[in-house]
Amino acid sequence: MVVPAGYYLLLAAALFSIGVVGVLMRRNIIVMFMCIELMLNSVNLTLVTFSRINGNLEGQVLSFFVMVVAAAEVTVGLALIVNLFRLKASTDADDVDSLRS
Amino acid sequence: MSAVLAASEGVVPLTRILTAPGGSPVDLAWLIPVVPAVSAGLLLLFGKRLGRLAAAVAITAMGYSAVASTLVFAFLGSQPEGGRTFVRTVGTWISAGPLQVDWSLLVDPLASVMLLLVTWVGLLIHIYSIGYMHGDERYPRFFAYMNLFAASMLILVLGSSFLTLFVGWELVGLCSYLLVGFWFENRDYATAAKKAFIVNRIGDVGFMIAMFLVFFAFGSLDFAQVLPEAATVLGAGSVTAVAICLLLFVGATGKSAQIPLYVWLPDAMAGPTPVSALIHAATMVTAGVYLLARTSPLWALVPEWGLLVAWIGVITALVTALIACAQRDLKKILAYSTISQLGYMFIGVGLGDQVAGIFHLLTHGFFKALLFLAAGSVMHAMANRTDVWGMGGLLRAMPITAITALVGVLAIAGVPPLSGFWSKEEVLAAAADTPGAQPIWLLGAIVAGLTAFYMARWFYLIFLGLPRWEADADGSVPHPHESPPSMTLPLVVLAVLSALGGLLNINPETGFLHGWLEPSVQRYAGETPFLAEAMAIVLVVALSVVGLVVALLAYGRRWTRPAPSMGAAGAAQRAFYVDRFYETVVMVPGWLLAKGLATFDRLGIDGLVNGSGRATQRLASVTRRLQTGFVRSYVLAVLGGAVLVGAMFFGAGVGW
Repeated sequence: MVVPAGYYLLLAAALFSIGVVGVLMRRNIIVMFMCIELMLNSVNLTLVTFSRINGNLEGQVLSFFVMVVAAAEVTVGLALIVNLFRLKASTDADDVDSLRS
Repeated sequence: MSAVLAASEGVVPLTRILTAPGGSPVDLAWLIPVVPAVSAGLLLLFGKRLGRLAAAVAITAMGYSAVASTLVFAFLGSQPEGGRTFVRTVGTWISAGPLQVDWSLLVDPLASVMLLLVTWVGLLIHIYSIGYMHGDERYPRFFAYMNLFAASMLILVLGSSFLTLFVGWELVGLCSYLLVGFWFENRDYATAAKKAFIVNRIGDVGFMIAMFLVFFAFGSLDFAQVLPEAATVLGAGSVTAVAICLLLFVGATGKSAQIPLYVWLPDAMAGPTPVSALIHAATMVTAGVYLLARTSPLWALVPEWGLLVAWIGVITALVTALIACAQRDLKKILAYSTISQLGYMFIGVGLGDQVAGIFHLLTHGFFKALLFLAAGSVMHAMANRTDVWGMGGLLRAMPITAITALVGVLAIAGVPPLSGFWSKEEVLAAAADTPGAQPIWLLGAIVAGLTAFYMARWFYLIFLGLPRWEADADGSVPHPHESPPSMTLPLVVLAVLSALGGLLNINPETGFLHGWLEPSVQRYAGETPFLAEAMAIVLVVALSVVGLVVALLAYGRRWTRPAPSMGAAGAAQRAFYVDRFYETVVMVPGWLLAKGLATFDRLGIDGLVNGSGRATQRLASVTRRLQTGFVRSYVLAVLGGAVLVGAMFFGAGVGW
């Protein structure tokens, strides 16, 4: 059974939208962070799908790059969040507004 | 140095020293300005520790210079008549392409007589200062400045090029600033010092431009190269020659206090009296006359402009003599008298009879130093009062001062056979001999009468009649007394010089000074007297005697009262409003200009700078609202951007 490529793309778009909405709507930094991961992975899915459609490997290679970058980003991001929590004793993104005019 | 030491010990005959190879006084002439300068430096550094010894150091330095100058003079005298000009180079100063200026000395007959005047009169004034400045808190510094003043003037006199002369010229200006403002705690005195400096600076600009022109025309600033070639390079009556001469004269009017730049000199009375004596007699004001005499070959090219100099001289002499007739401050009378006498000197040098000008410079140096020191002695006795109307009858209290002052008064009034008579007659003879200068002679003769009048008035009001002084506000009454010997000794010496100074040049044609200065100056005065010489002399002497008698009738009574300051007398008392005029015409516009520029700076320049800063601030206060500090709003903006970019790609894809 062959699942049509369009479904993959639809799934990816749905995941991406969920991620965007999550980042915009939620105030918990960790959740926002996970939503970002969600968006990254939805993009990965898109890349792999197009790779299959076009019959080459470029999309798959790029998706590995994205994963590596995402891993690095998680490292830095979580460290930031931990420190932020130590500083503010909160994981609410709206509490971090020192730059606000 | 060794020569001097040997001379003082009297071991070696004087003539042997003078001719000793490599050891002639001319070779050591550079020490003449250097020794007082070094002494000044030492006094400035260690003066506080020396205390009253400072005077001894300063006087020793001046004494050295005086003895050395005398040896130089004697050495020049021992040389054959054509070989009395020496140039001695000490070191290189500027070496820039064609511009070569050395630290070098020009020792010639003109410089040597100036040396004698500056060092000996300077020495006497130094000695006088021991008594006069006694008890001043800045005693050592005073002597340091005095030494520096003398050293500056000696550099000026000995300089062998326009530029080295200019160094002395500027140093003299600096010293006058330092000494006129010596009691700078008094605001008026500090202002007077500033005025002297600034007015001189105006003249200096003229001198500097003249120097540029000289270098442009001759490619050198050395007198030895410029002056002999003046006629061949420039040619008679050339525009460059006129420009150089007139600009030099502008410099001279500043330093020698002639119209229009004379206004600083009366105010320079703010300094201690020995300083006034030094400025008026030996250093500073004689510099302009010396400069014109030194550059006489240039003036010989444009004698008609020399006539202008003589005119300015005689007008200055007349105006300031009139002012002097109405002044009440005993030093101001002398100050205006100096300006007036300087006018005579400029008649001499302007008309091309430099010997007459220099002769009057020398005799004036004697009797004006004498008069100033006498005035200082009077002030010393009168608790620093200066109003001649508040004096009178001092003859009995201070006979030495009075009698020496009388000699000075008679000398400056031109009473024969005192020195002023000879030199003034010679100046006037130059005017009488030169075609077109007869009005100058007439005005000069009138000034001679006025001189006699105001000096006699000065003398009568101070020394004769009944005492007119009153108690101070605090009830203290001065008790006049004769000054200490350190002050009266210079007075006596100067009185002798004032009386006998005429011997220098009794006959204008064959006198000593005439032959002595011959190699240094280029005479271009006329030779055709318009009235018999004997008659001219009698006329001038008669005018002087009339002046003396009129003053005697007006002021010699036992009790006199000040004239009302109204009308012409009032105008003269206020110096004919020249200072007021300068204030209105120069100072006020200058002040307004400065104020306008300051406003422009504040509103224009600062406005531009501050305005750009303020504009940035205002813009930022609007744009900073975009920075909410909420991460989600930033993300929304990113999303919006991403959607926009996506839409553009999509649009491009479907061909909108």
